[in-house]
Amino acid sequence: MSESILEMKDIEKEYFGNKVLKGININVKPGEIHAIVGENGAGKSTLMNILFGMPVIHSTGGFKGEIYFNGKKTEIKCPKDAMNLGIGMVHQEFMLLPSFTITENIKLNREKTKNNFLSKIMGEKVKTLDMKAMGADSRKSLDKVGMTIDEWAMVEGLPVGYMQFIEIAREIDKSNIKLLVFDEPTAVLTESEAEHLIDCMKKLAEEGIGIIFITHRLDEVMMAADSITVLRDGEMVANKKRGETNVVELAELMVGRKIERLVNKNESAENEEQKETIMEIKNLKVLMPGEEVKDVSLNIKRGEILGIGGLAGQGKIGIANGIMGLYESKGEVLFKGKAFKLNNTSEALKSGLAFVSEDRRGVGLLLDKSMELNIVISSMQIKNEYLKKIGFFTQMDSKNIRKHALKMINELDIRCRGPQQKVRQLSGGNQQKICIARALTLKPEILFVSEPTRGIDIGAKKLILDLLVKLNKEQGMTIVMTSSELSELRAISDRIVIISKGKIEGILKPDDSDADFGLMMAGHYHKIQKEEL
Amino acid sequence: MKKFNKLLNRLGIARIIIILFFIALCILAVVIKLPISMLLSETIMRTGMYGILVLAMVPGIISGTGLNFGIPIGIICGLVGGLYSIEFNLNGFTGFFTAVAISIPLAAAIGYGYGLLINKVKGSEMMVGTYMGFSAVSLMCIGWLLIPFNSPAIKWPIGKGVRVTISLSERYAKVLNNFMNFKIGEVEIPTGLILFLFINCLFMWIFLRSKSGVTMKAAGDNPKFAEASGINVDKCRLRGIILSTVLGAVGIIVYAQSYGFYQLYQSPMMMGFPAVASILIGGASTNDAKISHVLVGTFLFQGLLVMALPITNEIVKEGDLSEIVRIIVSNGIILYALTKAGGGEECE
Amino acid sequence: MLLLKQVEVKNVSKTKISVNKKSEMAAKINKILFDNMVTILFIVLCIIEIILSGQSAYFILNELVARIARNSFLVLSLIIPVIAGMGLNFGIVIGAMAAQAAIIAVAHWQIKGILGFLLCILLSTPLAILLGYITGKLLNKTKGQEMIASMIFGFFANGIYQLIFLLLIGTIIPMKDPVIVLSSGVGIKNTIDLSGSIKYSLDNLIKLPLSITLAIICFGFMVYYLWKYIKKREKKNLFVSLLFIIAGGCFAVIYNYEFMLNKINVPIATMLLILALCFFNNFICSTKLGQNFKAVGQNMHIAGVSGINVDKVRVNAIIISTVLAAWGQLIFLQNIGTLNTYGSHEQVGMFAIASLLIGGATVTNADNKQAIIGTILFHTMFIVSPMAGKNLFGNAQIGEYFRVFVVYGVIGVSLGLHAWKNQYEKNKLMKQ
Repeated sequence: MSESILEMKDIEKEYFGNKVLKGININVKPGEIHAIVGENGAGKSTLMNILFGMPVIHSTGGFKGEIYFNGKKTEIKCPKDAMNLGIGMVHQEFMLLPSFTITENIKLNREKTKNNFLSKIMGEKVKTLDMKAMGADSRKSLDKVGMTIDEWAMVEGLPVGYMQFIEIAREIDKSNIKLLVFDEPTAVLTESEAEHLIDCMKKLAEEGIGIIFITHRLDEVMMAADSITVLRDGEMVANKKRGETNVVELAELMVGRKIERLVNKNESAENEEQKETIMEIKNLKVLMPGEEVKDVSLNIKRGEILGIGGLAGQGKIGIANGIMGLYESKGEVLFKGKAFKLNNTSEALKSGLAFVSEDRRGVGLLLDKSMELNIVISSMQIKNEYLKKIGFFTQMDSKNIRKHALKMINELDIRCRGPQQKVRQLSGGNQQKICIARALTLKPEILFVSEPTRGIDIGAKKLILDLLVKLNKEQGMTIVMTSSELSELRAISDRIVIISKGKIEGILKPDDSDADFGLMMAGHYHKIQKEEL
Repeated sequence: MKKFNKLLNRLGIARIIIILFFIALCILAVVIKLPISMLLSETIMRTGMYGILVLAMVPGIISGTGLNFGIPIGIICGLVGGLYSIEFNLNGFTGFFTAVAISIPLAAAIGYGYGLLINKVKGSEMMVGTYMGFSAVSLMCIGWLLIPFNSPAIKWPIGKGVRVTISLSERYAKVLNNFMNFKIGEVEIPTGLILFLFINCLFMWIFLRSKSGVTMKAAGDNPKFAEASGINVDKCRLRGIILSTVLGAVGIIVYAQSYGFYQLYQSPMMMGFPAVASILIGGASTNDAKISHVLVGTFLFQGLLVMALPITNEIVKEGDLSEIVRIIVSNGIILYALTKAGGGEECE
Repeated sequence: MLLLKQVEVKNVSKTKISVNKKSEMAAKINKILFDNMVTILFIVLCIIEIILSGQSAYFILNELVARIARNSFLVLSLIIPVIAGMGLNFGIVIGAMAAQAAIIAVAHWQIKGILGFLLCILLSTPLAILLGYITGKLLNKTKGQEMIASMIFGFFANGIYQLIFLLLIGTIIPMKDPVIVLSSGVGIKNTIDLSGSIKYSLDNLIKLPLSITLAIICFGFMVYYLWKYIKKREKKNLFVSLLFIIAGGCFAVIYNYEFMLNKINVPIATMLLILALCFFNNFICSTKLGQNFKAVGQNMHIAGVSGINVDKVRVNAIIISTVLAAWGQLIFLQNIGTLNTYGSHEQVGMFAIASLLIGGATVTNADNKQAIIGTILFHTMFIVSPMAGKNLFGNAQIGEYFRVFVVYGVIGVSLGLHAWKNQYEKNKLMKQ
């Protein structure tokens, strides 16, 4: 019975009253490849942050539960503690310095040194770098991961796939490495590079290193993992050995939850077909870093609530951002039958679209300005409303601005001290309502909302969703809602489009099977369909 | 108590030190029995004199281009306008307003060019602005030697080039100050000067409430937000710089008529710093400024300098302590503002 | 038939190769020109000005040698903060002030010669370390705006300096010295003559004529390239080393004749110190400390995540720079021979930074070579500008204003280019 390298027992974590991890148990044995799968927000990153002693955990109240490393109870208070224990992490964003050679990157802050005439007087820091020894070590590590590249090559300009392997080489160069965490390692790799990576992982496991493999690519899980933990909404819903499960089951476990349907649309299928198309999107390409859209063709029907879902980084966020002209886009769009200009935010707003961005604080608000200014400013710019004309000049129409702001505060039930209050001081939910208020002030025909309930407490979440439903029912407003939370999409949408790898994986109805949703999110749907054929 | 703490936090330690120093000087002034009315008159006059140069900082800060250390560029435009008003042999209000009228379009054009440059160096506006200002002043030194002026008041009698200082005493020195001036007790109020400052502040206030002004505020506060609302951030920044340059030009003419001289060559080089310091003392930061900051800050800063000299002369007979006070106070407050700006950027 | 075709193919590929080689060469030359635009521009400018000024080669060379000797150290002290990603250290003014405080003390105690100089070093170093520490802490609070912060801090420190030496001397700090202190008893005089203390203390240690110095330099390079040849057996190194033997020989021969090169004396001790600093800079870069500097300079976040104490590394870089600046100012003043108490340090930062930039350095990249070349070019221009201006425009003043304009302009343009490149790279990354 081999002792576990890592045991995480009953891990709980709260962020400002929001329970993100509800009692997770993880057990990794030496030489075992343990996969952790789950949607975004399931708690995977939080769990890893705890394992690594990241400052964000400790500055928000720490966590409950115990961590045992090599059978001994340990406290990991900072990344250095984790490193000293022998835990290494291969990050998603590469931590490589481009103007350094591969060797210098592998040995960063762990350089080999030798004494010189000054170091005996002035101490450690002025020891000369022993380039030869560093190079030899790096060569060994690079060989271990199967890379033949010259260890003295500069990192700058290397293809992305290479960088991932250099990161791995750096971690295994650490002499005491016992547990290695891979966070979505294949996200940026080609298929052959991904296979190479999995081979590398298996080799490392054979040497006795325990591996945690975080991913949502279910086929890779089935290829590499020995055991699999499925996280969902901060809970551990399953822990299976590879032989006991399959891709479809995993997909179902990842996604399945009770759906509370907020809308009862008793319309029959024919009505669906008869609804006219308000916007036609053909072959949309959007260059949004991290959320690239490769080829999306979609018809938005007037008066519907269209949900766009998918995993993070797959491109769903890029669609609305591209149409609104915030990122460079290509393709053909028809709005109400007429050609629609892409790459032009002003035009988009003028023609009757409005957008509530997923980056509420970054793009969505003027935090240090008053609520009323935030609400009216887009209309002021685009439609010249809320202005008084005095000859040559324009002046803010304070009276009307105040009136409108009060109306919005009332209608949307925004909790505040008054329309002049600075937006920064409002709660997340109320800030989101301000964003929606601003979009509504434009009186749009289509409202694009991205991540409407991100970072908002549960009570406020429901309010926002109810609000969207109300707008749709009472005013017939077409709503396109992009969200990573499948549950809320299934709660209010008429149809849900799932985006994977920048393309549409499929369109589902809210009450379609969990397995279908899971497979589509994992980008597996078509593969399974092909296999079945 | 909580409110008091909040106020202290908002002011920041540097401003508190300066305010306490100011109060200390006031008390000392009373103790040493200095003529308060004279000090007050001097401070009010200096506030009017520097006020518009400080006001010139507001459009830059609001549009998001930071503290406009490149204001010497606008100042040079003003000086050119002023020189031409003398070249045309104009006096009194005609002279003054002609100077203003010539310098405004010049400043607008040059401000446009400068603004294009500033738009290309987002993130380093302050540093680039400082050195562009220095370069412009140095280049203009050559310019003063070469530009063909004919008026004997401007040219050196022997040799080439423009004089270093050009007197306005025969023309329109103090023309604003003396306009409708009156006394409250012993305190002199230079009505025209103060009125002119207030009118400019009023124009700025009206502008900030217009569509251009509101969109400029949005662009400066959050460029990403502005772009998402269809606002052209680069255009807003450009407008801010042009306004700032124009106000710089007008400001130096107001300053010169109060001082009595146009100062050329190296003089404009460091004139940006007291203006920046004044608005910061008044409560502005590198990305937010109000008109009240301009008035309060200029008054405080000039008051400090006015009182420092006679008081310190009483204590220590030698040396120009006023100059040292100016250096320490103005650079100190700018440093403080930079630490606040830098800190903000790092927080993600 | 086949044979003919084969020959044809060979010929075609040969011409293709020669065409490729030509365009490769052209591309290479283009790249060299582009990368060193500023320096090349300056060389051209200097040549034009030298011709315009009509001044004798003797005069120019004599002045130039003196200026290189007294300014190079200061320029070299700027390199380490650039490597550590803190940009151009306008705060070397503060190191200069530390040096001047030491000089005032030594002038007061009237300690002459090299002993006085060494005492200055002893006194100024701990002060410079302290001031460098404060500066470093300040710059850590203004990440992203280091250059303007160091510039303003320099002005601020100047105010404190004036406060101390104009007001506190004679009042709180008792000092009775009619030579140094103003007649009122409070405050240091505006100029202090250093002939009684450290004037030429370093320079006069060893002096050799320029011809011999150049000969020695040539031999030095010859040895260097010979060593490189032995290591890597590249023919070109042997060739270059041969060139240097010939040059060196020529200079040695000149020594025996009445040539102007013999009349110019080079302060060897000073030059050796400059050489030592060059070696020191290189040495630091090959140590762990240097590696930390480079890592922090590239990306503070990644360096921090790897466990490097970013803040501490940055402070260390500034401390080293400030101490070196203090020593550099000592070297400068012992050559000038007069301390302008309230002004000697004011232009130090700007002139040194302009020199470094003219040599081809940027806000993020600087090395010894650029510092030395930049110093030579900058001071050449400085020397010939007034006469060039007089001959071109009939007004020497124009020449003087022109050189000031060039200083500011070079810094402004460098900063602008750097900022523009940054913005361009950021936008490119976004598009990827």
